[in-house]
Amino acid sequence: MPVLFKGKKPSRRAFLKGAVAGGAGALTGGTALAAGEKVITELQPWMSESGAPVDAMPYGKPSAYEDHVKRRTVEWLTADPISSINFTPLHELDGIITPNGLAFERHHGGAADIEPGKHRLMINGLVETELVFTMDDLMRFPRENHVYFLECAANSGMEWRGSQLNGCQFTHGMIHNVMYTGVPLRLLLEEAGVKTAGKWLLAEGADSAAMTRSIPMEKAMDDCIVAFKMNGEALRPEQGYPVRLVVPGWEGNMWVKWLRRLEVGDKPWHHREETSKYTDLLANGKARRFTWEMDAKSVITNPSPQAPIKHGKGPTVITGVAWSGRGTVPRVDVTVDGGITWHKARISGPSLDKSMHRFYYEFDWDGKPLLLQSRAHDSTGYVQPTKDQLRKFRGVNSIYHNNGIQTWAVDEEGIAENVEIS
Amino acid sequence: TEAQAEKLGLGRPATADEVKAWDIDVRPDGLGLPEGRGNVEDGEELFIDNCAACHGDFGEGVDRWPVLSGGHDSLEDDRPVKTIGSYWPYVSTVYDYINRAMPFGAAQTLEPDQVYAITAYLLNMNDVVDDDFELSHENFADVKLENEDNFFMDDRADGELKEFATEPCMTNCKDSVAITKRAAIIDVTPEETAASEADSEAKAEAAAEEMKA
Repeated sequence: MPVLFKGKKPSRRAFLKGAVAGGAGALTGGTALAAGEKVITELQPWMSESGAPVDAMPYGKPSAYEDHVKRRTVEWLTADPISSINFTPLHELDGIITPNGLAFERHHGGAADIEPGKHRLMINGLVETELVFTMDDLMRFPRENHVYFLECAANSGMEWRGSQLNGCQFTHGMIHNVMYTGVPLRLLLEEAGVKTAGKWLLAEGADSAAMTRSIPMEKAMDDCIVAFKMNGEALRPEQGYPVRLVVPGWEGNMWVKWLRRLEVGDKPWHHREETSKYTDLLANGKARRFTWEMDAKSVITNPSPQAPIKHGKGPTVITGVAWSGRGTVPRVDVTVDGGITWHKARISGPSLDKSMHRFYYEFDWDGKPLLLQSRAHDSTGYVQPTKDQLRKFRGVNSIYHNNGIQTWAVDEEGIAENVEIS
Repeated sequence: TEAQAEKLGLGRPATADEVKAWDIDVRPDGLGLPEGRGNVEDGEELFIDNCAACHGDFGEGVDRWPVLSGGHDSLEDDRPVKTIGSYWPYVSTVYDYINRAMPFGAAQTLEPDQVYAITAYLLNMNDVVDDDFELSHENFADVKLENEDNFFMDDRADGELKEFATEPCMTNCKDSVAITKRAAIIDVTPEETAASEADSEAKAEAAAEEMKA
């Protein structure tokens, strides 16, 4: 993904106004409270009139008051909206599961519209029997359920040179975390019978980009899934309906959507998405290839630039998400003073392998400016580095795999900004 | 071995024609290349007709569309220009990607000879081959790109993972802190337009009215 910036330059004031507008309805204490709040003392329509009937919405949607909770895009990031990206509104979510309709999208040839009856999955190459499966065939294999994060390799990629986008939706929102249901890839490969020489797998999509990636056979046989459900329902078209590859802990590009073919070979293919793209250029002009794992990472989702503190001083909840492609996240540290003092945050909810974790840190805000950071530790002992630590190894042109610690500066009014600190 | 795992007997054998229709991938060693040939001159004409609207007549790129040529010796620059000539390791990837995904919006509409010709033209635009060059399945392996040797296997395990796996400081970690970079100064974050905000408020009111009905 290009990291240049061009195009419209909205004013900061307008953006912040937009961010705060959501709280306009909150009633402030004090005035006329002697008589009581009207929402209590006066009969409200919903207390008296009937609500919507059960057949009003056969497939439900969020309340109209949640209209602002949506995927957003950044036009200047890509040449057009077909091969492009949008962002999950992390600052509006809690827990660890991303609702299907909010899970970020990344397409290279748009979201294919596939009739499941016409979809086929082929296995060919170095196998005993080259096979074709229908969706009905796939439904007859033993299934598994797993919650995994899918993070785009380019998540936070625009931030390598410094703070650029003002909101965790934009800096960290190329990620979703859902429960996938599907068939272990191993079972499909065993059905075809992988030959001894078969060391690599090429996964290919049915969309017009015909996305391909080379995957080592050890990973394919370990925990990859050919998934047809997310969060209990069929995959959304934009997430690969009717079937996608799940490659736990590894960069999102490899999770081939609209999966139509798996070829077994003896060497990697070095296709466009693993040479031109998804290779990481270092300062010395050389580039890493096959940087598959997504390292431990975290971000504070609230407060954040799109979610300022609106309640003034006093009890304040800091919350965020953490994840690692190498295991679980047993610990997250949080600082409110830019890293002079760190506190162990509280992880709430399931701690699953290669899944998002939700953390909280509650404190009493005295109304003074804050410099917020979170630091994830994963089950291998790895500790999330600062951006400067990463730049020492990589320079600023590697585009992908930016898992550096994020800083939000919060001012006296509770407004948060994306910054870097010394 | 894996081959001895119990099978469920699901799926059916793929036919030779089916495999031929879908197995279009090409590797650096030439595996998967179809028979065919195309020269720079024919490639130029095809490129102008099918590709130049986005990529420019010489692969220099139009607007935000990818630049396909140039950028030689720029990989250590502050702003590297990564093209086929300056960055890509293998010619096979050029053939494979054009064949599977280009032109954008009309993928898999080119014949093998056309893909060979366009690939030859792009090699010429990147100063890899001369004007009279013809690329074919026979001489494909002879063409090398300059950056092939500058890629190496992920080495995070050797350096980064070890350096970052240490117990970090928790108290009195620094004497002072200062802000060094600010996103609000760069100011490129999309904003919600006044129109869409109003639209969303109107919808909320309309929905509320609907609930009353």
